[in-house]
Amino acid sequence: MDPFESIKATFFQECEELLTDMESGLLAMEQGDDDSETINAVFRAVHSVKGGAGAFGLEELIRFAHVFETVLDEMRSGKLHLTDEVAKVLLRASDVLADHVAAARSGGQVDEGRTVGMIADLQGLIDQDRAAELGLNEDGDSGAVEEDFGFVPVVLSLDEPAADAPEVDVAALMAAAAPPPEAPAAAPAWRVTFRPKAEMYAKANEAALVLRELARLGDVEVALDAGAVPPLDQLSAEQAYLTWTVRLSGDKSEAEVREVFEFVEDDCDLEVTREGEAATEASEPDIAADDDASASAVEAAAGAPLDLDALLARVAAPTEEPAPAAAPAPAPVAAAPPAAPAQDPASLDVAGLIALAEKASQDHAQTQAAPPKADPKADQKAEARAAAGPATAATPTIRVDLDRVDRLINAVGELVIQQAMLSQRVFESGLARSSDVALGLEDLELLTREIQDSVMAIRAQPVKSVFQRMPRLVREVADMVGKKVRLVMDGENTEVDKTVIERLSDPITHMLRNAIDHGLETPEEREAGGKGAEGTVRLAALHRGGRIVIEVQDDGRGINRPRVRGIAMAKGLIAEDAVLSDDEIDNLIFLPGFSTADVVSDISGRGVGMDVVKRSIQALGGRISITSEPGKGSKFSMSLPLTLAVLDGMVVSAADQTLVAPLSNIVESLTPRAEDVHLIGGRDAVICIRDTFVPLIDVGVALGFRDTPLPPASGVAVLVESEGGGKAALLVEAIQGQRQVVIKSLEANYQHIHGVAAATILGDGRVALILDVDALVTTSRRKAPRIEKRMAV
Amino acid sequence: MNKTVLTIDDSRTMREMLNMALVQAGYRVIQAVDGVEGLEVLRAEGADVVITDINMPRMDGFGVIEGVRADPAHRATPILVLTTESDATKKERARAAGATGWIVKPFNPTKLVDAIRRVAA
Repeated sequence: MDPFESIKATFFQECEELLTDMESGLLAMEQGDDDSETINAVFRAVHSVKGGAGAFGLEELIRFAHVFETVLDEMRSGKLHLTDEVAKVLLRASDVLADHVAAARSGGQVDEGRTVGMIADLQGLIDQDRAAELGLNEDGDSGAVEEDFGFVPVVLSLDEPAADAPEVDVAALMAAAAPPPEAPAAAPAWRVTFRPKAEMYAKANEAALVLRELARLGDVEVALDAGAVPPLDQLSAEQAYLTWTVRLSGDKSEAEVREVFEFVEDDCDLEVTREGEAATEASEPDIAADDDASASAVEAAAGAPLDLDALLARVAAPTEEPAPAAAPAPAPVAAAPPAAPAQDPASLDVAGLIALAEKASQDHAQTQAAPPKADPKADQKAEARAAAGPATAATPTIRVDLDRVDRLINAVGELVIQQAMLSQRVFESGLARSSDVALGLEDLELLTREIQDSVMAIRAQPVKSVFQRMPRLVREVADMVGKKVRLVMDGENTEVDKTVIERLSDPITHMLRNAIDHGLETPEEREAGGKGAEGTVRLAALHRGGRIVIEVQDDGRGINRPRVRGIAMAKGLIAEDAVLSDDEIDNLIFLPGFSTADVVSDISGRGVGMDVVKRSIQALGGRISITSEPGKGSKFSMSLPLTLAVLDGMVVSAADQTLVAPLSNIVESLTPRAEDVHLIGGRDAVICIRDTFVPLIDVGVALGFRDTPLPPASGVAVLVESEGGGKAALLVEAIQGQRQVVIKSLEANYQHIHGVAAATILGDGRVALILDVDALVTTSRRKAPRIEKRMAV
Repeated sequence: MNKTVLTIDDSRTMREMLNMALVQAGYRVIQAVDGVEGLEVLRAEGADVVITDINMPRMDGFGVIEGVRADPAHRATPILVLTTESDATKKERARAAGATGWIVKPFNPTKLVDAIRRVAA
């Protein structure tokens, strides 16, 4: 990728982190946290977004961020106080800022009315006079804001690399140094008198470097006045004694000349005049040095041309000495000789300048030769350091293409299979379990498992990336339905496979919408019911039993069971006389075609019922359920496998086929007694397990491996529960054992088969099908829809 | 040997941008994410020039300037502060604290290298 684009990508990535930080800061502020560090962190986040936006010339984003930042700055300086109202406006502003970032990223537009309205709201937080003072004018007109801002974006362009600058200047310098038969006749030369003060050196500025910069502007003649240097015993290391007078020819403007002194102008006496003007003459007589030290030096060097390079080197040299601030002091003695030639107008050392120029171009050449060498080591160190900093730094990370990780996972999957095959072969060969080969294989198995776990961990990511989008959603939905909601999040750092993460967002969004829209009461209802006006929705993630569980809990009204039951009956989803437990009634809302909202609102509804949510979760091998307590609230629990790449399965055989049933579906297994099995309608079998009838599915028949069912008593019944909570018993011939299998998609390699979810390769190299328990159960239940009914005992 | 520039900025974008421009201009770049780390890195590895942001967590740019100037080994190390046009007062404060020069954001690579050249041999 173009490095500029890659930095831009980094910027947007960073923006996301900044927006998250900002939001958590603002949420803390909403809870009354007015700690200055919290406010500062929010300010810095907005400031950094603006700074980056400036570099990329993202005008709209800059403009909005600026207003936002200004308001936060007022708060930082204590001029604006945190109130509930202020926090709410800031939170909304953070949403608008997020929209601006998103728009800048996609090249889209943010609704102008929304931006202007938000800017007005932000300005409304500040006193009108103060707003004017800050340049935030009342109508939110962008022009004035930008003008005050004075932030002219300069787009970084790689077409003109930085390194070109010295090259151009070197050429100019050489041209200037080359015999100009008649120096530029047009403009009279500049005469610059430069007298550094001690403060200048204290700030690590160097006269030599300033002079070198000046020399880049044109043809220079430099004279040094060391007249102020006291005798050695009175010399103070911290003082500045030297004055330079430079004659600069060329057509540069005064501003350009003064720009060279930009960093030092307040710490030196500086005169810039056209040659021939009065001020210049005054400073000239000083040049002939008069005290003893320099006079003898002048004599020694009499007639020698000015060697600018040597002069610069000498002035610069003391930097390397232990007491660097002494720089100006020793310099005069050493540098005195060149003082004399000022009387000789042709004294510019062309050779010296060329040498300087050559050196510069050499440096440049080195630069060009080895730019990528920029010290990978240094980068690594920097990376490591970034990790070490406790406050802002994250743990050290590397970014790796997901494809590579997937390749690794596939390879490890093959390794697991190969290892299992090898073990099986070895044991089949009759080697003793205590043999070295068998023991070695055991170690190999442990190692393989460890590698597999580690590889899976690479893809694991905290659910934070999904959770962090939710506070905004909750705010928006709450605003839309006129409810007051506080979102509490737990377990954001719970990790789960990346493929699972990507698919968590939609169900969570839906459950939250549902909780706010249907679960929570209006503020008035809540108060009437003796609850606080503000409802609480808790979003939590946790690991449980090798799965990740996501819970969405509200403290609202709970499920209205009579009504749910009534609707289900009216829609023909349950029989009139169905005997259902409270839990079963609650879970009716997941049935297709069920929707409790009288008017399907576009908040939770969107024309999609909970059945769709459930199906999308089931597609991931997950399950969802609800528990509810009338008047106190409801809790949705959704559990998902931690990964979609491996599966813990029960290996069974049916009709001479080896099959795998996902362990997560299995409740128990038992040997059926003939008297517990009944036939309904002469064909469909049910089995009575602890007073409950469940369908008995002969897997061999259901998958079409054979036509005649297995006599129940000669097989094993595996009681399974589908994601929907429906139960069935799978009749198989035998259970072989439990093992982790690598999932291979059947659809990618062959085609979809009803009743089969995927395939895997077993230790002996054979392909085994993984049962789609849901499909099997659903099919059987459709055939016998009302079978599952409690026996009145 | 190439000059070493220590860049201190809490924004990764800004660090990468500085890195790109400086590396291309032939400098060796080391980085720190805030003032505290900046001073640690400077003490541990040294640098020919320090470029620091002002607004940072833990220790801001003024803290960096004071820390560098108070360290006998680095009191003559040039420090450039990153400022914006609107931060005139901050520029003055940084100067008073001992900043050698400043770089106005947003900068382009040429300006950046010019500024470094002005303060470091």
